[in-house]
Amino acid sequence: MTVIDAPAMARALYDARRTRVPIAPFTDADPTLGMAEGYAVQQELIKLLLADGDEIIGRKVGLTSKPMQKLIGVDSPDHGPVLASTVYNDGDEIPLSRFIAPKVEAEIVFVMKDRLQGPGVTVTQAHAAIAGAVAGMEIVDSRIADWRIKLADTVADLASNGALAMSSRIVPLEGLDTRLIGMTLTRNGELIDTGAGAAALGDPIAVVAWLANVLGENGVALEPGHVVMTGALHAAVPMNPGDVFRAEFDRLGPITIRVGA
Amino acid sequence: MDVHDLAARLQKAVAERAAIEQLSTDVPELDLATAYAVQRVLRDQAGPLAGWKLGVTSRAKQAQVGVSSPVFGFLPATAALDLGEPLDTSTCIQPRCEPEIVFVMGRDLAGAHVTATDVLAATAGVAVGIEVLDSRYRDYRFTMADVVADNTSAGRFLVGTPVPPTGIDLRLVGVVLEKNGEVVATASGAASLGHPASAVAWMVRTMAADGDGLRAGQVVFSGGLTAAVPVGPGDVVVASIDRLGTVELGCV
Repeated sequence: MTVIDAPAMARALYDARRTRVPIAPFTDADPTLGMAEGYAVQQELIKLLLADGDEIIGRKVGLTSKPMQKLIGVDSPDHGPVLASTVYNDGDEIPLSRFIAPKVEAEIVFVMKDRLQGPGVTVTQAHAAIAGAVAGMEIVDSRIADWRIKLADTVADLASNGALAMSSRIVPLEGLDTRLIGMTLTRNGELIDTGAGAAALGDPIAVVAWLANVLGENGVALEPGHVVMTGALHAAVPMNPGDVFRAEFDRLGPITIRVGA
Repeated sequence: MDVHDLAARLQKAVAERAAIEQLSTDVPELDLATAYAVQRVLRDQAGPLAGWKLGVTSRAKQAQVGVSSPVFGFLPATAALDLGEPLDTSTCIQPRCEPEIVFVMGRDLAGAHVTATDVLAATAGVAVGIEVLDSRYRDYRFTMADVVADNTSAGRFLVGTPVPPTGIDLRLVGVVLEKNGEVVATASGAASLGHPASAVAWMVRTMAADGDGLRAGQVVFSGGLTAAVPVGPGDVVVASIDRLGTVELGCV
């Protein structure tokens, strides 16, 4: 691992979040930065955000689809915290002014029933530890200018997480094949894209197992009640004021957000 | 421009298993009406009809080709693959597979005002299907008229076991395409014109102008739901659609 000033880099991201003025990619200055450096910065940034009174209520996993992994040039997903201050409900208006360059992604969210800690967690064990699935939408945002991100940049920047909107309906997994849950995304009533659960690592439940194992390396667990955002089922869509996005998931139901100024 | 001559060029490509230059290069004035006339010549010589197929049903593909409506073609009975039967790629030019929702008609359906509701009411079963596209044009390069003349790239087709359509929202069913054990694409049924039954209804209304319609027992491939994946010897393609089931196609 390259020697870096992780606290200073975290502070730069922290300031970018507050001022909504993006910063240049860290990898511009040092192209050797990789995943390890990214997570070191992420850890420092989380400390700053928690010191402000925020709270971690779950995790997001990104880069779960083959096309996204190819785009960034990696062969595994990444993850970041979900902060309590960024959670919205079904039907909420989400103000654009909160973000820098936000985009919408529809994804399946799980709510944990049991504590789950790796290493060695299987997909079957992950399945057994999940309370149920929820229709979700992630607002991804990049504090790095123009989304010019490499792996270290996006990992440091909380895996480009901006916000999460969730339906209130937790659907138990019994009898559900999460690979095959279909999804249609509309913007202002017009069909934008479709997808199915398998777009996330072949099976969204495999995302939970992957996450538990990676967090477990640092002695961190998924806690009961935590949410896990399992990754986009389609290409991210830019947001404009007045847009209404609706993702409808077979068996899970819909989630709608309205985009405010 | 002789439609029989154009049809013969396409038939020669099939017979020799060699792709040809798109017809419009040679015949720039080829329009949709003429293209369908070429397709009609092919259909009249293809033997018994198993059914029909839609093409260019996704908005993305329509935007890409610069059109706002789909196209349709026919499925000859000789092109059917049976469950478990491998695809012999040596009989193809450049095969590509895509997952589709297949309608099996329970009764005849025709008319200029048919809606998705009428289609569903006339449907005996819906099934997961794999369409094997096999454009006769080099590298799948064609205009709308070209692809219509080439029977919308129809090659072979495989239909899974149909289930009754009652209570299934075909818009929302999840669709997963795997090749050699890896997920290559996902979608939901809405990827075809917002609703697969709407795509079929569009076709029935369009066919009505020529006095054509659907017959009981015919199958209709309602449009590709993902990008088509190229296949060669040794490849295995699996298409799964929630509530409809799974079909697997091995290639030799």
